[in-house]
Amino acid sequence: MGELEHSLRGRVAVVGVGETTYYKRGQSPDPEFVLVLRAILAACADAGIDPSTIDGFCSYSNDRNTPARLSAALGCDVIRYSNMQWGGGGGGAAAAVQNASAAVLSGSADCVVAYRGLAQGQFGRFGQGARSSTISGAAALTAPYGVMSPAQTYAMRTTRLFHDHGISPDTLKAVSLAAYHHAQNNPRAVMYGRPLTPEAYDASRWITEPFHLYDVCLENDGAAAVIVMSAERARDLTDRPVYVLGAQQGGPRRSGVAGHNQPDYVTSSLKPVIPRLYQQAGVTPADVDVVQSYENFTGAVVMSLIESGFCTYESANEVLTFDNLIAPSGKLPLNTSGGNLAECYMHGLGLVIEAVRQVRGTSTNQVPGAKVSFVNAGPMVEVVSAAIFGSAEVLG
Amino acid sequence: MSDYVLPEGLPAPVPARDGLDRPYWEGTRRHELWVQHCPECGTWQWGPEWNCHGCRSFAIGWDQVAPEGVLYSWQRPWHPVHGALADAVPYTVVLVELPHAGGVRMVGNLFGDPMQPFAIGDRVEAVFEDHDDSPTPFTLVQWRVLR
Repeated sequence: MGELEHSLRGRVAVVGVGETTYYKRGQSPDPEFVLVLRAILAACADAGIDPSTIDGFCSYSNDRNTPARLSAALGCDVIRYSNMQWGGGGGGAAAAVQNASAAVLSGSADCVVAYRGLAQGQFGRFGQGARSSTISGAAALTAPYGVMSPAQTYAMRTTRLFHDHGISPDTLKAVSLAAYHHAQNNPRAVMYGRPLTPEAYDASRWITEPFHLYDVCLENDGAAAVIVMSAERARDLTDRPVYVLGAQQGGPRRSGVAGHNQPDYVTSSLKPVIPRLYQQAGVTPADVDVVQSYENFTGAVVMSLIESGFCTYESANEVLTFDNLIAPSGKLPLNTSGGNLAECYMHGLGLVIEAVRQVRGTSTNQVPGAKVSFVNAGPMVEVVSAAIFGSAEVLG
Repeated sequence: MSDYVLPEGLPAPVPARDGLDRPYWEGTRRHELWVQHCPECGTWQWGPEWNCHGCRSFAIGWDQVAPEGVLYSWQRPWHPVHGALADAVPYTVVLVELPHAGGVRMVGNLFGDPMQPFAIGDRVEAVFEDHDDSPTPFTLVQWRVLR
């Protein structure tokens, strides 16, 4: 595949990242809006810019904290760009960076923040079923049968993954153990100081077979932010910009159809996204040094890694082992912050930040010399996304 | 009613006000299974949509299909996601493929012991579960493994 004619590769860069303290669900001392402000202010401090520099806002998953309110609170003079990525779950985490990059590249805005805030303790929980006495539409095809939560919505894809491709449940376990292993070196992680043993994984309760408790993401309070500017401006701010090599979003045919009728059922939904992402970024899976793969559920991680070219259906059982997935020694270092399973479930923006951190060389589980860093977001939801970041060396 | 696979108290399905799924839910009350079927191009379609995703025709209609299929996938919830399920776990959810209706899939519960042996590929038949005493009477479609 040749290069794209108008790729964003190397023309925009992440100049700042920010996170709040990550809390267990319901433990945030701050309202959700304050969490988002704190994350954006932290990203501005990281970038070395005045917060009033921000002139664009991108979020996803119907974030409750609107650009108008944020812009006012940050003392910004103007909003030049405001964007909401459609779709549920964390499918938009990398897409928000894509949208921010598009705004900068098109000249719509100069300094765009991608952000996400969640305080599930102050609003509804994701893992909780419908509370109404009647139900209509697509949900009526599942809820009366006790299928209501995200885990239940996606478990049967994993059952079928095992059946169709001979994938072992041990791959799910390896993904979970690697995340918890990495979290033990990451003081930001909610599961810092709470290691997970193989025995504890095996003994953990089923949420819904084939998912154990530790196959399912956390529910957290917190916020995260990523600031994107043009490559030229980024070089004025830092001698070590993290370039956006590629960022894509999408979904396969009829990915949002009701009642588990997607024509291609056993997929992370990343299949149509990935070829163009690599084409845009000008790299191949073999060039990627470190991977952050969104864990709503570990089964989706296995699908994502296969569909992103890091292993095949045939090699997955051999490649996706604990030893291979841990930094710095593994061949495929995965979710090096602890990810959604053990750092924080910030709808994937924490994984985007960890991908940036790896290129900067500042991860708590640093992959030595990492130059190309991959992240995906929200596997199995209707519209998913992925991004690749790289250092100046990659651009040559 | 102890004959139900899951206890009463889960959300009761009611046809959408826009009428899109009415033929399906009315069919279940008669113990019939109805699925969208395009008279223009022959596409079978599920869940209900306003047009045919095969040929874009707005004339997509409905056909009655045999209430039987093949077990395509499954899960067994142990964590109760709803108060009504607190004493009802585990239960088994099945995804059933209807090969004679273009391979459309339907979600339901496995009828009988949730721990009974079964496998992907098993033939299953529908069990129509009437909830006549509900304020909004409805019928669910559960699935029994054919031995």
